[in-house]
Formats: sequence, structure tokens, C-alpha cells
Amino acid sequence: MAEITINGLKTTVADDLTILEAAKTVGIHIPTLCNMADVSSFGSCRICVVEVEGARTLQVSCLTKVRDGMVIKTNSGKVRKARRVLYELLLSDHDQECLTCTRSGSCELQAVGEVLGVKETRFAGEHISPPEDVSVSITRDMGKCILCRRCVAACNDIQNTGVLNAQGRGFDTVIAPAMFSPLGDASCVFCGQCTVVCPTGALRETDATKKVWDMLDSGSRTVVQVAPAIRVAIGEEFGMEPGSQVTGKLASALRALGFDDVFDTNFTADLTIIEEGTEFLGRVKAALTGGTATLPMITSCSPGWIKFIEHHYPDRLDNLSTCKSPHTMMGALVKSFYADKIGKKPEDMKVVSVMPCTAKKFEINRHEMMNDGVPNVDAVLTTRELGRMIREAGIDFRALPDSEFENPLGMSTGAADIFGVTGGVMEAALRTVFELVTGKELPFDKLHVAPIVGFEQVKEAAITIEDPLPDYAFLKGVTVRVAVTSGTAGATMLMDQIEKGESPYHFIEVMGCPGGCIMGGGQPRSADPNVKEKRLKGLYSEDESKVMRKSHENPFITKLYEEFLGEPNGHKSHEYLHTHYTPRGMENRLADKNMVKKEVNPA
Amino acid sequence: MTESIKTLKQLEDIKKAYLDAQEKYDYIVYVCGGAGCVAAKCDLVRTTLLAETEKAGIGGKVSVIQTGCMGTCAIGPVMLVTPGNIFYTELNAAKIKTIVSEHLVNGNVVEEYTFFDAALQKHVPKMDDINFFKKQVKIALRNCGAMAYDDITAYIARDGYQAAYTALTELSPQKVVDEVKASGLRGRGGAGFPTGIKWQAAHDQKAEQKYMVCNADEGDPGAFMDRSILDGDPHSVVEGMLLGGYAIGASIGYIYIRAEYPVAIERIGEAIDQARKYGILGKDIFGSGFDFDLEIRMGAGVYVCGEETALMASIEGHRGEPRQKPPLPFQSGLFGCPTNINNVETLANIPAIVKNGGKWYAQYGIEDSKGTKVFALAGDVVMTGIVEVPIGMTMREIIFDICGGIPNGKKIKAVQSGGPSGGVVTEIDLDTPTDYKSLQQLGAIMGSGILIVMNEDTCMVDSARYFMEFTREESCGKCNACRLGTKRMLEILERIVDGEGEEGDVELLEELCEVIANTSLCGLGQTAPNAVMSTIRYFREEYDEHIRDGICRAGVCFTDHDKKAYPQRLRGRVL
Repeated sequence: MAEITINGLKTTVADDLTILEAAKTVGIHIPTLCNMADVSSFGSCRICVVEVEGARTLQVSCLTKVRDGMVIKTNSGKVRKARRVLYELLLSDHDQECLTCTRSGSCELQAVGEVLGVKETRFAGEHISPPEDVSVSITRDMGKCILCRRCVAACNDIQNTGVLNAQGRGFDTVIAPAMFSPLGDASCVFCGQCTVVCPTGALRETDATKKVWDMLDSGSRTVVQVAPAIRVAIGEEFGMEPGSQVTGKLASALRALGFDDVFDTNFTADLTIIEEGTEFLGRVKAALTGGTATLPMITSCSPGWIKFIEHHYPDRLDNLSTCKSPHTMMGALVKSFYADKIGKKPEDMKVVSVMPCTAKKFEINRHEMMNDGVPNVDAVLTTRELGRMIREAGIDFRALPDSEFENPLGMSTGAADIFGVTGGVMEAALRTVFELVTGKELPFDKLHVAPIVGFEQVKEAAITIEDPLPDYAFLKGVTVRVAVTSGTAGATMLMDQIEKGESPYHFIEVMGCPGGCIMGGGQPRSADPNVKEKRLKGLYSEDESKVMRKSHENPFITKLYEEFLGEPNGHKSHEYLHTHYTPRGMENRLADKNMVKKEVNPA
Repeated sequence: MTESIKTLKQLEDIKKAYLDAQEKYDYIVYVCGGAGCVAAKCDLVRTTLLAETEKAGIGGKVSVIQTGCMGTCAIGPVMLVTPGNIFYTELNAAKIKTIVSEHLVNGNVVEEYTFFDAALQKHVPKMDDINFFKKQVKIALRNCGAMAYDDITAYIARDGYQAAYTALTELSPQKVVDEVKASGLRGRGGAGFPTGIKWQAAHDQKAEQKYMVCNADEGDPGAFMDRSILDGDPHSVVEGMLLGGYAIGASIGYIYIRAEYPVAIERIGEAIDQARKYGILGKDIFGSGFDFDLEIRMGAGVYVCGEETALMASIEGHRGEPRQKPPLPFQSGLFGCPTNINNVETLANIPAIVKNGGKWYAQYGIEDSKGTKVFALAGDVVMTGIVEVPIGMTMREIIFDICGGIPNGKKIKAVQSGGPSGGVVTEIDLDTPTDYKSLQQLGAIMGSGILIVMNEDTCMVDSARYFMEFTREESCGKCNACRLGTKRMLEILERIVDGEGEEGDVELLEELCEVIANTSLCGLGQTAPNAVMSTIRYFREEYDEHIRDGICRAGVCFTDHDKKAYPQRLRGRVL
């Protein structure tokens, strides 16, 4: 413990705290722009400087640890003057187009300026403003960048993708991929974690709201679907607590926006479990009965993860499940099964997906995500973009009544809800597969596979099949090993095991973003330090609140197979619900070599 | 394969053999091969000398040795003829021919080609009589210009590696640290931290792996002290590193050297190879059981990589950017291991200190600044070059007594001490001793030891602009204060020298200076405003004249907006 004096106030704090953290414990707020609690203290913005008695210069509070006897002033004249000048310096190299910026109102640079009471900018001068880099998923607008390097930490320290870094030197420094190449040419997986941590509008999702408004105005049949993670996060866009379950309001809001059909990606999450579970059992059977099959099988719902493996492990694409992601399955069904039902041609229908994800914007442009020349999904909105559209439409979200998603593609079980959180896809699969194989319910409290719940980087579980049904006799005594990870750094660990031939697993769930889709790159930016836990809790309680909690219990799934698909992994399934992948290699070298058609940039 | 040196006798035999061989010659001619003389075509001097002596039939009687820098860069190429210590300057092929026939064949000194003292208006042939050399005390530069830089036996003949031998075979690491502490040596790279205390801290760390690092990323404009040592006496740096490694318990040393010093890289690389051949680097050195080896790491010439945390980041293969301290390098340095970083000049002093004792070294200098310091002189001074003097000598003695004062009858206006991080010392303060404390009180610093002498034709606003341009260019871009602060300061200074300054600009500069100095992450940013602060302090009226009256009393500014004209001129003389 360290006894310190802050602004004349004596207090005792743990001695491993930084001054910034210690100040917080006594209710003193120190402004900062580059600090990322628990992740990275980089010390680039210098805004958090404080006066420490005996120190020659002002000290950055985000990096300086408290010491016993330390006397700190966080609000002296010297400190205030320094912060103001530093802030003015930041503004001097910022485009200051606040009124037309998507971050106006949620911009941390704005907020700090307000706190500091800066009313003038005295340092006009040269401003570095490279042209915008608009990729399918992410827009880089470096004229707004303040070089805090949070994105660099997200890209390198958290995601280990190493795409964004500082290029150039001094005043000419720009955050960019190597050789200043555009994001689309780099090995960027479009996870969008950089857009979540960016304090300004410098990194943001590539806007699709205009495109969606145009669809809604065009008169064509416009179908919308929402991912599981949206229902516990969209409330934050309207000042609600993270994790607030607003599924009913969400369905109402979408209807109010003018979508013709309001479906739920959860439905195809249930469908994914049937398809992927069947695929998994097929592979295991082949492996155990003398055939050949690639194991471990790895989930394929996360397009960021898919792009990551295509860049970094292009020889391991056979490990991926061939299932499309749930929302592209939905798109494929809407433009086939549902189009037939309502007597429309696929090309006359538009599908919009509301996703917690920026990589989904890339995914819908992949040439694999088409049937009969028509893209499965026409536009992806992030949770943040949907929030903007609801505001623009003048809808009072908090006051909306609850309503339901529409059938036949709207009903889902609890298993589908937890698709939005790390460990959820695996748990949902186990609920179904175990029961299919043994005829018994998965033997876990409340059906939650405890070892794979939570935010550890790599989680694993093992289940031994004691008494299988006769059809699955080949599994008798087999211990099925599964692993779960979220974030591409964790995926690297599991993939390296596979590369070395040391992977003990049969089935692996990978979500591209740390924490899973609830923490996706398209989710609302939150200042709540417990946002992850709250959103997770929201999804698990949504699951627990349902009567049907196993995908195979969904009656509309059964009906879909009867009316359209036939059987799991059958001919129709393969046509509409399964896919293949593109080896890309670093900076797309393999893809370029094989002349694979580049994804078209919608902007 | 040369036999590894395991005994003192082997070292002494090498020394004896070398000296005996030199004995056989009538004359030994030392041709300066420092960077300045290389630029002035000293190679032609050497080859002509060899050809002419051969022609005159005295080839076997004259030994021609190419040395490191003798310090008199302004008047190169130079050479020293012994016996007699006759110092010839500004040589060319024709002069060599005369010197060979007159001096080396007939024994008559060619006085008109010897050193000309401008102040005395006469030739001073003997090195020992020349004011430039008389007042110097050469410890770090003890071998520079006095021996072949590329021959380990020449180094051993001047008692090289004796300190290392004694230390490794007789002294405990703590005893070596104690000697360095007793010497009072402070870091010569700029910060002036006591070397012994640094070594003690690294010595006291318990760790399986420790590192020794030599900072040879000399980057201040006008500085070439370290380069001269690396060019002229690389073995002293190797020995200094070996002693440091032994003292702190490091088995690997890195020499981080900028790629713009190709000659230094080649020569230190050769010195390392020679030392390995003689078993002075590698396993079980001198049979002591101590292992140590050196590796060279080239930097891309980024000024900020001279900052120790940035330097380590660069060695590790990361972007060369500084980080917050603590942890200090001795706590967590290179690859997370305890690391001791010293500058080239600091290390070059170490063998002499260990050999002669800390007390011997401490006899030079003043109270809290012991020993000698190498200074590089540039700008408006008769003898641009490098000198080594006891710390505490006044700037006036260095500039006027040793370096011959200001050329062309001009008056001195100021001296920029400490490079871009330093400040100006004006005429009235020239009698201040050049030590760490006194210079700091004047708003300047000793820094790495650069003195840029400026005469009355210098515009102080423009000189501040020049140094700010340098720091802006060299800011790494990591922290806001330095990245944007230096840029905005430069822009304000540019508009003042362009005649577009506004009332209040000086106050704005002062505000920026204060904040940048107070909030920058590393030393580069913290000291970046010094040149501006110090010129405002001593020459405020010049700023006001530029802004209010549109007058530049030096006649440098407002000329066709050719902002680059002055720095080009300055650079031309400096480098």
C-alpha cells in the first residue's frame, strides 16, 4: 500500500496503481485520450499529466505508478495550462469537421475539450490529411486521427493481426498498414476492433445507412434480420445499460423503419447447429471408422476469423466447417425458400443484416456468398449504424412497445441466443449433438457447459460418450474434446497447435473478436468497464428465459427441412447453406496469384 | 589462427615485438585518417608518400601509419613526422614530394608546410609547441591520431587490453565498479549520469542474462567525437565494453551504431574480429572463465534512437520510439533483461581508468565533474575539429586559446553548447567553466560536447529556427507534445524569419516551450525548446526587431524567402 496526497487529500491506495487509477479511487477524474484501461498505456496524448512534487517535469498519470509519500496535484495552474496547450496542439492537426462527423456527440476528443474548457485554437498550421481509405468494411480518415495509437494496440496487442502501425516519422506520422497500403490490400481481417477503440471519427465502419435508406425508399421487398448480439447492445445507443434485453423493442424499431419482413438471424443460428452438428458427426464417424476427415473441425460463423485463417493459415481451410455464417444462410433462404413462398424473384428482394460486426460487410461481398448470381445479403448495418438510423427516423426507441420477429424465419431457441457470446456456438452445438447421439440431455447445470463460459482466452472441455444410441455406436467410450477461443490472438495459439500436429481437439469454436460477437467491431462503444460481462449476462438470461433451448427443438426448423431442404447436409443444404473458402496468404498474395476476383468495393 | 592470449607475458611479447619493429625505422610518419582528412584526400597523401619514399630509396626506412583523427579537421590533410614531432598541414601531393626530399631524405624540416598559427602569424612546426595541442589532456582520445587504428598489436603496444587483463584475472567485478565510481566519470553522451552508479545498479541486479550496450548513435548536428573514437581507436571501445560486461555480469554486448558511419562500422567490426582472433572476445577470455562477445547493430540514423529506450526498441527490431521510464534499463532493458548503456566516449575512458585507477582520472576536472571531455568545435572558429580538455576549462580558453578564436576579424556573438538540445552562451559568459552545472545555469548544457561558434553575422532567431527544424525533423511522432509542439514552434519561427511575425508570437513560443519541456515523453522533446528559450532569454530584442521593425540585424532573414540558405551554410561548415 502507498500513502499518497492528491490535491491535498491524504489517501492510501494499492501501490501497483497508476496515478490515474489512484485518483479515480478518490473521485478525481483525470482526462485522457490514449489510455485504454487494462490494455494499453501508451502515453502519447500527454493530456493526463499531473504535477508530482519533486519531479522535474509533469508526469503522465496513466503510466506513472504511485509511490509511498507521493504528493500529487491534478489540477494546478501549471497542469491546466499544459493540458490546454496540448489539447490545442491536437486540434491544430485535426480537420475539425465536427458537425459532419459521425462521432459528433460521441467523440472523446470533443468531450475532453469540453472538460478542459478550451475555447480557442491558436496553433493553425500545416495539417496532415491523407485521402480517406474506404474499404468494404472500415473507413480510415486520417485527417481526424490524433495518433493516440489505441487502434495500434487493438490490432497488435489484442488481435495480433499487426496490420495497423505508425508509418513515417514525427509530424508526418500516419497510422496505416505497412507501406501506407490501403486496408483492403493488407491482411486486415476487418474485425473492426480499431473502430471500437478510436476516440475520434478517424476509424469507423464504412457507412451503409444511405444504401439501406435507398432500399427502403425503392419499394423493393426489403427483409431485415438481426444477429443475437444486437438485442443486448442496441439499448446502449439510447442510453440504456449494457446487456439490457430489448429484443421486442428492436423488432418494433425495425418495423417502424419500414422493413417489410423482420426476421431473426437466430433462426438460422438454430439451423447452423443442425447443419454444423451433422457435419461434425459425419467427420468424426469417418475418422473413427477408417475413412478420412479433417479434424478438428472449426466453426465458420465469424467472417473476421475466416479472413484471418485465409491470410495466415491458407493451407488449413479444410479444418473449417463448410457452413455459411447464419446471416448469409438467412439471406440464401430468403431469396429462395421465402421468395418462392411469397411469389417474388430473388433479384427483386433485398436483405439487410444488422450485425455486431464490420467483417460482415466484407463477407457479403465475397463471391462465395451468392446463389444464382444474386448476393445472399445486400447490406450490413452495424449496431451503431442501426442506432443512427433509428435516431434519424425519429423513433423513440425506449418508448417502443415489444413485438415479435416474423415467421417462418423468426422463431428461435435459447441455443441461438448464445451464438453471440464466446463459447455459445459450442454450447449450442453440444446441446444438440449430445442429445442426438445419446438420446439424453446434455448433463450440465442449466445446460451451460461451465468450462467454456466466460472470457478466458482459450477454454476447453471434454465429454466422454458412455452410452450412445445404436446409430452412433462408433462413439462409445470416445472422449470428445472441444476448445473455444475468441480473438485472433487466441486463434493463432490453437492454429499453431494444429500446424504442429499437436491439437488434441475434435471441435473448435473461434470468434474473431475477443469476447465474441457481443464485443464485435460494430457494437456500441462503451465506457462501462463491465460491458462484456453485462452483455454476456443479457444473452444467457435471454436463453434461460425461453422454453425451447435446443436448436433441434425449433419447430420451424423441422418444417423448413420438410418443406424445402430435405435433410441436413443434403443437396439443397449444400446449394444454399454451405460454402468454400479462398486461400489469400499475406497481403492477398495467394489470392492475387490465383486471379481470384477481388471483392467489389460498394463505396 | 592466432593463439589466444591467456597470459600477461603474451601481451607483453606482442608489445615488444611491435615496438622493436618500429625501432628499425628512421622516421615514422603518422598520416591522419580521420573523417575530415579522408574528405580532404589524405589517401592521396599516403600513397604519394609511399611512392616518393620508395623512389628516393628510403622506403625501408620510413614507416607510414594511417591513424585516426588528430583533431585539426580544419587544416587537413595533416601528418606528424617523428622523431621531432613535426606537424605538417594542408598537404597535397606536391608538398609531399618536397617533404620527402627535404625532410625525410635530407633531414631539413620544411617549415612553410608546417602548422601556421593565425594568431601569432607564424609557423609552429613542433606539435608540442602548438597551442591547439598544448592545453589538451587526451584520455578518451589517447590513441586517436597516435597509432594505426586497424592494428590490434599497435593498440596492445600502447598498453591496450592490459586493463582488461588485470580486471578479468585479478579484480572482482565489484572492484572494477569501484574504480569507475572513484573516477567520478559521468556519462559523456549528454545526460551526464554518474557511470559508476549506473554500473553498480546493473551489477546488483540478479539475472541470468544481462546486456551491455554501446550507444554509438551520435546524432547531434556538428558532433563527431564518438565517430572520431570509433574511427581512430575502436579497440578502446571494445575494451571498455569488455570491462563493462565483466563489471555488470553481461555476456553479450551490442554496439548500436548509425548506418551513416560506414567507416566507423567497418573499423569497429574489424576490431571485434581481431579481438576474437586473439581470444579477447569469446569464451574464457584470458583464461578467466569469463565469456563476452560483441555484436554490431546498425541504426537507420534516427536521432531519437540515441535515447536509450528508443535505442533498445530499435535493437529489438521495433520502431525506434522511446518509452516511459521507469523501468530503467538496469531494471528492465533489452529483451526485458537488465541492461547497461554507455556512450562511446564514456567507454573509451574506461580502460584508462581501470588501468591507472579512478583516483588518477579524478585528478582532472572539477568538484562534481571529474576528468576530461571531448568537444567538437564547429562554425565560426579558426580551428574546427575536436579537442579534449579537463572539465572546467572556460569556453574562452577552448575557443580562443586552443582553437585560435574567430576567423576574419569578426566578433563572437554566441556559442551554441550541447547541440539542438542545448542553448546559447553569450560573449559575456565565455569565462564560465564548461562543466555540467555551470552550463545548465546559463540555460545551455554540456550535452555530448558540441560547441557551435557563431559570429556577429549570425541571426539568433534564424539559428533557433534551424535547431527547431532539426528537432521537428527528428521527433519520432509518438507523443503529442513533441510531434505537434515542435512543428508549431517551427511554423511560428518560420513566419518570424519570413517577416510575417505577429505581436504575441514570442509569448506564444514561450508558452509552447514551457509545455513541451514539461510534458514531452523523452529527452528529445523535453529539451527541444531549449534553443528557442535560450535565444529568447539572451536575444529577445532580435525577435522583437524581426516582428515589429522588420529588421534582421545580421542581414540573414527576409531574403527572397530563401529559408534554407543559412542552414545550408551552417551545415556546410559543420559537417
